[in-house]
Amino acid sequence: MDLVLQLLFTGIGIGAVYALVALGFVLIFRATNVVNFAQGEFSMVAAYLMVVFSVDLGWPYWLSFLLALGGMALLGVIFNLGVYYPLRHRTFLPVIIATIGASILLANSVLAIYGPQPQVLQGWFDTPGIQLGPVYLDSQYLLIIAVTIALVFFNYWFFEKTLLGKKLQATSQDKEMASLLGISVSTMIMITFIYSAVLGGLAGILVAPVLFVSIQMGSTIALKAFAATIIGGFGDVAGAIIGGLALGVIETFGAAYISVPYKDGFAFLVLVAFLIFRPQGIFGERVAEKA
Amino acid sequence: MSAPSDNMSIPTPAVHSKPLLIRHSPFFIGVAILVVLAAKLQFDGYVLNILLQATTFSIAVFGLSVVLGLCGQINLAQAAFFGLGAYAVGLGTTDLHLSFWLCLVGGCVIALLAGAFLGMSTLRLGGHYLAMVTISFQQIVTLVMINAIWLTHGPDGVSNIRRPELFQTSQSYLAFCVAMLAIVGYLVWHLSDTKLGRAMRAVRDNELAAGVNGIDVFRTKIYAFALCALLGGLAGGLFAGGFAYVSPDQFSFAESIVFLTMSLLGGVASPVGSAIGTGLLILIPEWLRFLKSVPGLYLAIYGLFVILIIRFMPDGIWGFVADAFNRWRAHTKAPPVAAALQLKPASVGGEFVLEVTGLSKHFGGLKAVDGVDIAVKRGGVHALIGPNGSGKTTTLNVLSGLYQATSGRIVLDGTDITHMPPHRRTAAGLGRTFQNIRLFRSMTALENVEIGAERPGNSMIGKGEDALTERAMEALTFVGLGNRANELISSFSYGHQRLIEIARALAANPTLLLLDEPAAGLNSTEKLELHELLKRIAAQGLTILIIDHDMTLVSEAAQHITVLNFGRRIADGESMAVLRHPDVVSAYLGSE
Repeated sequence: MDLVLQLLFTGIGIGAVYALVALGFVLIFRATNVVNFAQGEFSMVAAYLMVVFSVDLGWPYWLSFLLALGGMALLGVIFNLGVYYPLRHRTFLPVIIATIGASILLANSVLAIYGPQPQVLQGWFDTPGIQLGPVYLDSQYLLIIAVTIALVFFNYWFFEKTLLGKKLQATSQDKEMASLLGISVSTMIMITFIYSAVLGGLAGILVAPVLFVSIQMGSTIALKAFAATIIGGFGDVAGAIIGGLALGVIETFGAAYISVPYKDGFAFLVLVAFLIFRPQGIFGERVAEKA
Repeated sequence: MSAPSDNMSIPTPAVHSKPLLIRHSPFFIGVAILVVLAAKLQFDGYVLNILLQATTFSIAVFGLSVVLGLCGQINLAQAAFFGLGAYAVGLGTTDLHLSFWLCLVGGCVIALLAGAFLGMSTLRLGGHYLAMVTISFQQIVTLVMINAIWLTHGPDGVSNIRRPELFQTSQSYLAFCVAMLAIVGYLVWHLSDTKLGRAMRAVRDNELAAGVNGIDVFRTKIYAFALCALLGGLAGGLFAGGFAYVSPDQFSFAESIVFLTMSLLGGVASPVGSAIGTGLLILIPEWLRFLKSVPGLYLAIYGLFVILIIRFMPDGIWGFVADAFNRWRAHTKAPPVAAALQLKPASVGGEFVLEVTGLSKHFGGLKAVDGVDIAVKRGGVHALIGPNGSGKTTTLNVLSGLYQATSGRIVLDGTDITHMPPHRRTAAGLGRTFQNIRLFRSMTALENVEIGAERPGNSMIGKGEDALTERAMEALTFVGLGNRANELISSFSYGHQRLIEIARALAANPTLLLLDEPAAGLNSTEKLELHELLKRIAAQGLTILIIDHDMTLVSEAAQHITVLNFGRRIADGESMAVLRHPDVVSAYLGSE
């Protein structure tokens, strides 16, 4: 029983990271109808930026954190201008191929610069964690869960209560109508890319102390996050979060009770099971083509 | 791809006097010479390895030209399928001591089954699912290769893989691979002009229109995907025999990306492009060996290549060349003469071709169509009218199977089609056009109409390609565009595109033709021409159900009118009486 509680806590912690990245997927998908396959690389790049600023240069953790997020915002701008914007009038296939290209480019550029050796990043807190009855609560996992909860509320407030949020929603639902109402569609898409790059980066920085900082961390996280969005129901914000948490828990229990080397395969099995038996996910997909 | 568009080779519908194999004999003679050269020239080991790699990789990339180029579906796990074939030959000839041939076939079958399974679980859904699922599959295969040591020998890989008795020397094995490359290349090249190939291209260009023209979209995608996997497996098996050693890192996700880049660079739509892309991406890294000294640099450049090719050269090198060639050649062709189009609509059922009873379509709480009855008499023109938002187009979409009915029954010429998918309704005799034109945009007018003519169950078409072309030419001539048969869709005006869509439906010799606002967007001359065309169609006994807003057209063309408002039927009967009906007048003009 103690082990179960412990695994549940860890699973939710890992799941929260998937949920954050999944949220980035969903936001870009809703704004552009395109799945950004480089979303996971945003997490990886942000983690490496943290390593550069806080480990290599020895700057304070909070400053490194802000600089890394600033760097991610910049990457979001470059990504939009270099990858999505020139292809915005093409069908989805060229665009996703381009984002796959971007993902390969980002991962291997970092590999070329930093080499294959995984890096270590300290957590935010000096205290490693607290013992709560039978369960040991790792402070970094606590932070991840807290940030995810805060971001869920922030998202809700931002998209439902602010004018900018409503403009973003309008753009994602009907670009032509939004532009007729005087909303600058390209600005809104730019903001979406910046926001999801920062979101992905945040996930990467939070999870880095738990995993190693490695080239593969991006694609691993992205695959899980994508599976999470399908499990939750494609394009649904709540679905992405529930899906992410569920996947984190399933994977942690699978690793503990079934097999460690195949840990990364469980997400795929769950994904295929969902695709066969409930392709619309838990909350239903919000996509349909009109004749 | 979105628009491999302009590079599609434009086939000559000229009379095929000589059998195919004789017309293509220069290709086979060229291949024979290459095979002999490969067997006889003395290469050193280094050149031999590069040639072996290029031939086997090319076959794997041919797979991508089928799935991505022809069918528009993505596969990011080609290296995994390649690996399945390679491990089948590797483990089969060493651990199990089986014959090379048996292992090669076994590897192909395993890859084919894996591809078919992945396809069946994913291809009903959008393309981004397929991309992610193939990446996941790739990861799983790599995980198994590394971790299932009892089976795969783990990271050490499999060595001392055997070759067939017949091709023991590297030279003779190379000659064998070149021959395989030529055969597979020829089949893939030819595939695009077969029925299956046309279906794949139709699915790539417009899935909805493909379904409505009688193509089983899901099955076509699975065929394309499984074929791609099969070619991956075949290539992998040949690769394993050639190099006698395989290990998991040769079949990683990075290799899948390399295959994708090869395919995009050369031109995804054609096997020639695949071969060019493969050759270049094997040779260039050999020339730039220093890049390999920095890990990652070389793949980073591939990633950049992918972005740049997609943006600036979407049809690849070969697409670019073929485009220029076709532009130069297009002027030299004269379209063949066609006979008059014959329409012989089937008549199995009774007086009514279409009987719709209690048809409803609800979207959540919205009752878009609510308990509608329509009975369409054989041989007449029946109009379905109503104000905007009255449920006309929804009704048409439920009739053609794009939406499933919430309740009610649809009987076409005696057959209950209520629960059939679109392509089976088409096979049962339904034809339709779309309000927003849905043609296959990368194809010529003729090819579009040929796809219509290929409707399963079309009794008006003989066997073979020539009969198909003939039927399509008749339909195009019928709508007045026979002399422009070989032009691409993009070169036609809006009005002419509508006519091509009608020709596509007519070529299929349907029992009932559904026309969704055919006059929308036409100028007055074009409307008159459309009216004439409708008369000529009706004169041949084909029943038409038409939706339109143009009251002049509707009242002159239709004998019978059904009126919808707010999803319900408010009037039904002989044209003039219906148009004077007070409910109809108030629905259109508002009541006092």
